[in-house]
Parts: sequence; structure tokens; C-alpha cells
Amino acid sequence: MNEPLALEVRHVTKRFPGVIANDDVSFSLRKGEIHALLGENGAGKTTLMNIVYGLYSPDEGEFLVDGKPVDIRDPHDAIRSGIGMVHQHFMLVPVFTVTENMILGAEVTKGLSLDLRRARREIAELSESYGLEVDPDAIVEELPVGVQQRVEILKALYRKAKILVLDEPTAVLTPQEVEDLFRVMRRLTEKGVSIIFITHKLKEVLEIADRITVMRRGKVVGHTTPAETSENGLAAMMVGREVLLQVEKNPAKPGDVALRVKNLTVRDERGLDIVHNVSFEVREGEILGIAGVQGNGQTELVEALTGLRPAASGTMELAGQVMPFEAPRRLIERGMAHIPEDRHKHGLVLPYSLADNLVLCTYYQPPYASKLQRNNRVVYENALRLIDQFDVRAPGPMVAAATLSGGNQQKLIVAREFSRPIKILIANQPTRGLDVGSIEYIHKETVKMRDQGIGVLLISAELDEILSLSDRIAVMYRGRIVKILDAKDAVREELGLWMAGAQVENA
Amino acid sequence: MQQNNSSLPVSPVKRFLSRWGVTTVVVLLVVGIIGWQYAKNAHITEAVLSSTLRQSIPLVLGALCGLLGERAAVINIGIEGQMLMAAFIGFLVNVWTGNLFLAVMAGILTGAFLGFLLAFMSVSLKMDQIIGGTVINILALGLTGYFYQVGLTTQGKLQPIPLGPLTKIPLIGPVLFDNPPITYAALVLVILTHYVLFYTKWGLRTRAVGEHPRAADTLGINVYMVRYVNVIVGGAIAGLAGAFLSLEAVGSFERAMTNGRGFVALAVMIFGKWTPLGSLGAALLFGLATAIQTQLQFGGINIPHQFIGMLPYLLTIIVLAGFVGRSRPPAADGIPYEKE
Repeated sequence: MNEPLALEVRHVTKRFPGVIANDDVSFSLRKGEIHALLGENGAGKTTLMNIVYGLYSPDEGEFLVDGKPVDIRDPHDAIRSGIGMVHQHFMLVPVFTVTENMILGAEVTKGLSLDLRRARREIAELSESYGLEVDPDAIVEELPVGVQQRVEILKALYRKAKILVLDEPTAVLTPQEVEDLFRVMRRLTEKGVSIIFITHKLKEVLEIADRITVMRRGKVVGHTTPAETSENGLAAMMVGREVLLQVEKNPAKPGDVALRVKNLTVRDERGLDIVHNVSFEVREGEILGIAGVQGNGQTELVEALTGLRPAASGTMELAGQVMPFEAPRRLIERGMAHIPEDRHKHGLVLPYSLADNLVLCTYYQPPYASKLQRNNRVVYENALRLIDQFDVRAPGPMVAAATLSGGNQQKLIVAREFSRPIKILIANQPTRGLDVGSIEYIHKETVKMRDQGIGVLLISAELDEILSLSDRIAVMYRGRIVKILDAKDAVREELGLWMAGAQVENA
Repeated sequence: MQQNNSSLPVSPVKRFLSRWGVTTVVVLLVVGIIGWQYAKNAHITEAVLSSTLRQSIPLVLGALCGLLGERAAVINIGIEGQMLMAAFIGFLVNVWTGNLFLAVMAGILTGAFLGFLLAFMSVSLKMDQIIGGTVINILALGLTGYFYQVGLTTQGKLQPIPLGPLTKIPLIGPVLFDNPPITYAALVLVILTHYVLFYTKWGLRTRAVGEHPRAADTLGINVYMVRYVNVIVGGAIAGLAGAFLSLEAVGSFERAMTNGRGFVALAVMIFGKWTPLGSLGAALLFGLATAIQTQLQFGGINIPHQFIGMLPYLLTIIVLAGFVGRSRPPAADGIPYEKE
């Protein structure tokens, strides 16, 4: 290698109170390559990149750009060194136009005034030369997510970035948009841009990366290339042991209808229909997966079904009985279990102890309470039993739920919901943000519940999860269920098209 | 990259109507009524309009102070206190030196200092901004009430500066072009703030900090600095409003002489949708209500004056409840920024 490396990170260590987020990490990026940085959530990928971009300062370590040492103290320095970053949560001002967002912090001026005309021209030229089409006058919040991402990439290129960091760029995209993004990434590398691609999705890494660096618990555990490895090999490197990627399950034996939803319409805060005339049923002993890109009404659908949001019209039957909306306690008593999308906000009371969190649905019933008093001993023993049974890693039943890791918090919710007699389980994004090991566990438990004759409604934005768990699949797009099909007839690409709304017009 | 399905094109007429419809109707209505009244009784109409402008000056200055802060995501409910304190200090300096220019400067500096205090509490200490503003209000009310002595007299107040031949224009001339300096300054400040906020680098950064501070931070913009500067400049403008009260409008100081104007200024700011020009329009409307109210009390109409006195406040309630439904504050308004 005669050509200097685009970026070299040497021996970076970053400590946060209680954790070492990056432990002596070294990493190099060649010119014009796509280098995947792979690791589970919390492995330290994003921390490392935030250090490279100057948002965090490292405790130890140094950087070399084009073979020359640089001192990066804040994003300004990073931008000056030719580093651009597209954050997982977009850093765009929603009410600004594309142009305003692009020039923010690097404004072109004429006298005292902003020179928007010149900026617009520069942006048009830039977007043409990279084949990234955007309307410079569009308001960002009115653009689809895929286009917003394009704006983010252009924003970095506008600052003359030669090194582009993409942090989990595919998390919010449909499969088609992911293809578009990959095409853009390849074109960028042809133009001499080097890309660091952060992800935890194995398939994508194998498809797009030139080289792969795997991180685990803040350390680099290995380098490889797509040619030398496979999904299983990468997963083993990420987790540190062999993992079962495919869920093993027997054919479903559907029974009576556990949950029937008819013509359900739900409105959002602005009074617009966000769930539109949705009907479906979930039978006992089957898993109905709802696929769809985030923000197509899934959250509101689940909130209506679990009693957290009013329904504008429609009916819901639970085990043959019509249930009122907005009555969570009656739903729970009738046998509804809910694994919420946001476990911090709706799943747990974080400052409460594990023991109290485990009886959130039943604390007022015997044996946990008599007429006036809670029975703390029973609550405590219940917690001891469940923590053991569901393998929650915790110092004891009396520590606050906030002190647990994400995976263990999710296990705690699963323990609470699965330990009482239920008929239907609504699992909304049950594995979001979890490590591969915990995902494996949650999947296994979900299938176990199904085999015990419980109806499962699974909502997930991860197509792989839907495909591997569901018996039937419903696709949601813009608040409507546009298709329900048997899982064995499902083709990945076709589902992707449904999710993007592509077939709606033809159908 | 074929799919470029940005929002549907809206016809320019519709867009104009939806943005400016209410404003246009109100303006036409007001202009119509004024024209009709002017034809009937020129003298009284002139007096009412002059009074409208006088009443609206402290409101629009207060609103400018409020919106500078809120555009950078700092809520300032201490405008009332900033105005009151500035009015008092300005008055004292006038008493001691008899120099009106120095007195106005003292008022501005007082406002700026209280702005700095608010910025320190809400940006650096990350205190609840409502508490921070309340601290300033109580501080100002307490200090001015304690130190004010009845019987202090001054050498006079700021006098009108007629702008030559412009004053000869019927109706508009005497109302607009024959005013004391702070009134002119206020009108210039409205235009200036509008320009800075929407056409300059600083304005773009301010609005970004108010909408999405983390995005601004990742682009190398110093969020804290932007907030400090905006809140301090806002404070200075509130100080000017205080100086207007004690040095231009009245010429002396009374306890609690701001009389809720700092809070009405916030309503004006909201009605003006966090824009300087909108605030000016809203302030004029409130000023007109006050002026008409005064006129009606002299007019000998058979309504108890307490009811007529309610007019401006009633208007505040109606306007806030009815018309501003669709205006949207800056997204990060009121939230202290924490670097990760």
C-alpha cells in the first residue's frame, strides 16, 4: 500500500462513568473503499464515530487523515479535515428548506445577507454531479425519509467531505430505498469518497462492504472481508459465540379467533386518519406479523388495541367478547399482554424496583394485595421466581429497573407479561435495540407462547424478523393494511414493494 | 433516484391566502374604518392613531425581546421585570444627571444585564426558564418598589423630532413623522430584527438553534453562545421599552408602571407568530384597542368605564384563543440544551 490511508484511528480509548466505551481501538480506512463497522448495539461503534467527528473527545488516541496527524476537538475541526457524518437521527432542521439546511454553519454571504441564490446554484451543481436529486426549495419535513437522508449526504459533500460516516443509515429505509442508497454509496466511492458504514445488519454488510471491522464491547475483535466470511461467521464474531440466526419452529396449529379487529380507524393528534379502516384477526396458536416501514400507523394501531389511544370507529373482540377501547385494565384482565415499542416510556417504571415492575398488571389483585394492603413478601418471592425463570441478569429483585441493560429490561417485561394467564400477545418491535443474544431469546419465547395456544400479533420494521417468526403476514402502508398473506407464500422483494406502496395503485 | 415525491404543489394564491388571509382581512378592515372615521372627524382620528402608536411601542419592543429569545429557544417571561427595572434606572439617571441620552443608555444596559442574568440561569445553569423569568419579575418589582421615593423630579422627557416636510402629509404625517426618538428607533428595530432573523447568517443560526440545537451543534455552531447573545440583545430591547415608558411617554416613574405590558408583549409575539413584522401588526392592534378604549371613556358613552377598560384584555383573550391556533413555536422552545 503506497497510497496513504484516508483515515487512520490509533489506539483510541474513551471512558464514560462506569464503562469503557472504546478500549484501545485502532481502525483504518483506505481511499475509495466502503468499510463496514459492525457490532451490536452498545458495542461502541457510534461512540467511536462521534469521537472521529469531534462530538466526544477521546481519553487517549490519535487520528491521521491522509497520513498526517490531525487534532479533532469539535465538529468544526472534523469538517475542516474532510470528515462528514450522517447521524442515525437526522440532523436536519425540519422547518428549514433544503438549501437552508445545507448552508447552515457554512453560509455563503453577500455583504451581510445570505446569498441564497448562489447557494441554490451550488447545491444544484453538487446534486447533479453526484446524481443525488433534491429540490433545493423543498421544506425538509415534507420530504420522505429517503430524500432527507440524501439531503444529509449532500450536506456533508457540500462541506467537501472526503470521508463519509454513515451511522445506521438503513434503519429507517424501505428495502427499495436501501438499494438506492447502496447505488449512491458506490457512485460516491467512484468519485473518491471513502465511506464508513456503521450497521448491525449482516446481510447489508456482505452486500456492500469492501472490508469489515467487527466490534464487541468497545474492542475491535477482528477484520475480515465479505469474501472470507458469511452471515453466521459475522454473527459469531459480533456475539462471541455461535448464534442461531434462523428461528426453529413447527407449523402453526391455529385455533379459535383470539383477537378480531373490524374497520378500525384511529386519528392522530391533528385529527387525521392515521389508521384507516383496518380489519384482521389473530387466531390462537398463530403469529400474525405486521410488516411496514416505521411511521405507517403501526404505533397508533397498537396504542388503540392496547387501550392507550381512542379509536375513531371500529370494533375489537378479544376471545369472542367485544371489548371497549381505552380500557387498559379490562383488556389486561381479559388476557391481553403487551410488549411496547418504547420499553422505557410504556414498558417499565424505571425508578421502581424489579419486584414492583413485575406486578404492574396485577398488583391490586390477590395474592399481591389484600383489601387495603400490598403483600410485599409475595411480590418479592414472585420476583425471585420470575428473575430466575426468565434469566434476568440483575443483582436482586429490589434494584431499580433503570439499572438493567436493554436486553434485561426487555426480559423483565417478557417475564411480567408471560407469567400471567393471557390469550393474546401484542409485541411491538420486541427486539429493537437488543443484542443478538437477547433477540434469540425473545424469539424463542415468542414461538413458545404460540405453541402454547396464544395468539401473537407481532409488529416489526425488520423484515427479517417478520419473515422468520410469522405464520401470516400483513403489510401496513399509510395506515392501511394493503395485503395479508401466508408466510410461506411471502417473497422478500414483493413484501418490500408492498411496504413502499408500490402495488397499491395496481391492485 | 426516480422517486422524488415531495409535497404536492400548492397554487400560489392558496398559499398566499392561507398564510396572509387573516392578516389581509384585519388590515383592510382597520384601514377602512380609519378612513371612514377620518372623513367624519379628522382631529379625533389623528389623536386616536397617535395614541395607538404610543401604546403599541412598548408592546412591540417587548415582543421583539421575547421573540429573539424564543427563536433561540429561551422563553423569556421576565420582559415585564426587565422593562420595569430599566424604566426605574433610566428615570434615576435622568434625575441625577439630567442627561436624557445617558438615561436611555442606562435603561438599555439595565435590560441587557437582566438578559444576561436570564441567560445565565437558563443556558448555563439550565434552570427552568419560567422560574428564571419569574425571578427577574419579582426582583424588579421588589427592588423598584423598595428604592423608589415619591417626589423625585426630572428635567423633562424626550421630545418629538418632526421629520421636516413629511409631517405635512395628511393623517400619516402627524401620526408617523412627528415622534420622539425611541418611537422611531422601535420602528427601525422591527425592520432590522426582521432582516437579521431571516436574511443573515446570524438569523439562520439563531433559528436553527431554536428548532434543532443538536443539528446546529454538529455543524460547529456554538449553541450556548447564540442563546446568550440573543437573550442579552433581547434584554437590551426590553430595556429600551422601559426607557420609553419613563423617559418618553410619561417622563417620570411610578411603582409597577409597566402594568402587565411585558406579558401582553408575549401575547403580541405569539399573535405575530414569532415574527417581527407580525408582532408590529399585533402590537398596533392592541394599541388601537387601548386607544379606542381611552377615547370611549372620554366620549361619554353610557357604559361603565370598567367595561370599556377591559377592551384590550378581552382582545388578548379572543386573539389568543381564536386566531393563533395554527402558529407554531420554535420546536426546542424552553428546553435547555445538554451536550452529550
